[in-house]
Amino acid sequence: MKNFDFLFTAWMVVWAVFFAYEISVARRISQVRQEIGRLKQQLQQQAQG
Amino acid sequence: MKARLPLTILTALLIFAAGYAALFIAPEEKTMRAIQRIFYFHLPSWIAMFSAFSVVFYANVAYLITRNRKWDALGVSGVEVGVICCTIGLMTGPLWARPVWGIWWTWDARLTTTFILWLLYIAYLLLRGLLEDPEKKASLSAIFGIFASLDIPLVYLSNRLWRTQHPQPVILGGQGSGLDPTMGKVLLLCVMAVFCVMILVLVDRYRLELLRNECDELRFAIESRGAESGSNPLRADEPALGKAGR
Repeated sequence: MKNFDFLFTAWMVVWAVFFAYEISVARRISQVRQEIGRLKQQLQQQAQG
Repeated sequence: MKARLPLTILTALLIFAAGYAALFIAPEEKTMRAIQRIFYFHLPSWIAMFSAFSVVFYANVAYLITRNRKWDALGVSGVEVGVICCTIGLMTGPLWARPVWGIWWTWDARLTTTFILWLLYIAYLLLRGLLEDPEKKASLSAIFGIFASLDIPLVYLSNRLWRTQHPQPVILGGQGSGLDPTMGKVLLLCVMAVFCVMILVLVDRYRLELLRNECDELRFAIESRGAESGSNPLRADEPALGKAGR
């Protein structure tokens, strides 16, 4: 198949960009969740102390 | 979210089916041969981008009317996802152009207006990063988002209004346009696959923005209590307000 390298690269680009972005969003969600947990703990400590 | 798993499985199946159909089922185009198959991923990425930026326009208008921060969250999520789809389109286009035109890029009306659209929404994201006050950030970015959306119809109409090196539209084009029925079906499958991925990513990005808002509110509550008691509640080694995961 002529120009298969261009075709394969385009196909890879589409899914690699989406996949990399989804991983970055998932990573950020997990970081923010950790931060929320920590802040809730701090708020509880403040309320007690 | 109960619908998440079935939607992810459906999307994964669609991705494989679309890939197989685009590479092996769609008939080969007579002049461009195999390289024309890029079209099955290039066009769906633009459809996904137009959909994401339409969501942004709607969310921006809704935010300015209601001042509800959920609309702002949807707006910024749509911009980020739209920029991703636009980036994919801007990368796959030159990969098709190089073997067909002999050049990677040309400054014709379609390509230039699209590049400007990409820059406008990158500027939207940069603008948000520069503003601290949440109200001001949301209002200014909503206004800027509406301004940026003025380029969307220009992108769509550019190869209808002006002579461009970019191919004329094959769908909803003039006389002589149209697709082979099998090509049309394969294209529809690819559009569905890319669209489902776009929706999944948009939902996740929106969830992230809501979590960030929650994080900001918690920090504000801690700071307020600290101010009341006269102590600094946030330790010096902790990240600044609302910056977690950004």
